Amino acid sequence: MTARYSFGGDDHIFVEVDEQMSLDAFFKSLSITNAVRDSQIDGVTEICPANASYQIKYDPDLISPDDLLHELQELESTAMAAEPQLKTRVIDVPVFYDDPWTNETLMRFRERHQDPSGTDLDYAARINGFNSKEQFIQAHSGNPWFVTMVGFVAGLPFMYQMVDREHQIEVPKYLRPRTDTPKLTVGYGGCFSCIYSVRGAGGYQMFGITPMPIYDPDQKISYLEEFMVFFNPGDIVKFRPIDRATYDELVDSVESNSYQPKIENFDFSLNAFYGNIDQYNLNIRETLYGN
Amino acid sequence: MAINITSAGLATSIQDLGRPGYYHLGIPISGAMDRYAFRVANMLVGNKESEAVLETVFLGPELEFTEDALVAVTGAELPPKVDGESRETWTSFKIKAGQTLSFDYLRAGARAYIAVFGGIDVPVVLGSRSTYTLGALGGFQGRNLLAGDVLEIGQHSNIANRTVSVPSNLRRMPGTPATLRAIPGLYWHRLTEESGRQFFQDSWKVATEADRIGYRFQGGSSIQFVERQQPFGAGSDPSNIVDSCYPYGSIQVPSGVEPIVLHRDAVSGGGYFMLGTVISADMDLIGQLQPNMETQFKEIDLDTALNARKERKAMLNKARELLV
Repeated sequence: MTARYSFGGDDHIFVEVDEQMSLDAFFKSLSITNAVRDSQIDGVTEICPANASYQIKYDPDLISPDDLLHELQELESTAMAAEPQLKTRVIDVPVFYDDPWTNETLMRFRERHQDPSGTDLDYAARINGFNSKEQFIQAHSGNPWFVTMVGFVAGLPFMYQMVDREHQIEVPKYLRPRTDTPKLTVGYGGCFSCIYSVRGAGGYQMFGITPMPIYDPDQKISYLEEFMVFFNPGDIVKFRPIDRATYDELVDSVESNSYQPKIENFDFSLNAFYGNIDQYNLNIRETLYGN
Repeated sequence: MAINITSAGLATSIQDLGRPGYYHLGIPISGAMDRYAFRVANMLVGNKESEAVLETVFLGPELEFTEDALVAVTGAELPPKVDGESRETWTSFKIKAGQTLSFDYLRAGARAYIAVFGGIDVPVVLGSRSTYTLGALGGFQGRNLLAGDVLEIGQHSNIANRTVSVPSNLRRMPGTPATLRAIPGLYWHRLTEESGRQFFQDSWKVATEADRIGYRFQGGSSIQFVERQQPFGAGSDPSNIVDSCYPYGSIQVPSGVEPIVLHRDAVSGGGYFMLGTVISADMDLIGQLQPNMETQFKEIDLDTALNARKERKAMLNKARELLV
């Protein structure tokens, strides 16, 4: 895994940590961008970690492109020498899978899909070798996810599941993007899950919907008062399947502004995780829900 | 009360120099697409260069002023009229309480900047008054203006009877055809050598999908990719990559067909390869391109780009010497 550096015009440096997706590549990208943030380099205006790459925007009048490039390369070697650890949080995200709103939407755009005869869930379950959509939902919600990138639009998290390569779920995007996706749809494309923070266009398969708002530009929702975007790269997410009654209940509590997401602090160690993935994910669930 | 919007035009929004620092959360910088014209508009009315103005595209709004104001219109050749009487672009002029500012049809360019002495006063959100419509953030209620909206003008001293103008050599507009200078890079290695050469040789036309998020181009050759086994997580199309950040000005070519150059309201990342980046000095010019306009991408290196950046700065300094 050798990082590849490229100038993006005269005011960005783009760094591809690895061509392929892996937790190692993400961890490296996050570690380097954290180091860049800590070193407070004059002229740097944006520090953006992504799934397996990162990007820095800077003012070339304040720091020359070559000087910044050398600083980043040095930070890369320092960051790599450090233990891959992260102080983060584990977040419970309730999901109403197979809900009527995403089902209505996916039927409207069926001619843009690989398999017009079924739903996105049926399709994803089948091509990933599951016998039923229930089994598929179990796999999607059983093991936790790393938020590996926030973006595309404001506050939208990309998530990568914390399982080994052979258990990764993979689905293609729609053949042609939809012009509509309900707000808070839980989607899937490539090896990434996402939550649509706003209503709009989208190409990811749609599996369900969460009642939990994750972006509030008006900052009226109690847990988004301090900052309008909920997720940060490095957050750990655990999806929890809920039924219609629970969904309606939670929507009511969001509307009365009494909903509080369940969040616990967590010290993540990549080596301990690789040591025993099943046991480690069980610890994460216990941290969140108790025994 | 200060400005009543009696007609909003096609897409008129409040913009300033934008909100850097939140791109890693998907919130783009936003702000005026043509920052040169934006700054000069503010200079003309005696504002700080960063004051919020109206950005209007193709079809101007109609604004009824309920107090006296000093105004300037820069950028596109969108001729202003006060109560039907013509005024010059790139020139400050006075409007009296009760008068209406409207616009003649567009002669050249795409986006005009309407600066008012005192600035447009809307709440500052994350350090800026700019509108980011995709995220319903900033500006006037997070959206483009609508007829019936009322805008406040910011606090200011007495209005001077100031009529100043910018000479034509200090008005910056794209040529014909428009030339956008770009540095190859990012995922340039995904193209065959021949295809890379072809991209810069081809003549492109601005497509109708051209807005604050990005400008799409068509009419050139499809991209030929170097064959490879797609990496895990990238998706099956040869134009796919593991979703990454997108630089402002980066040129992506979904499925290898039509290039898109991302602009001030960019989507911050996604899964399409990019072949390079339009240089910072030419970002302003993109904001003045109309659909169907012929455009040539010109390959340059980093040193040339840094020089172009200096030249743009020098031009702004000349405008400052003259106006401030």
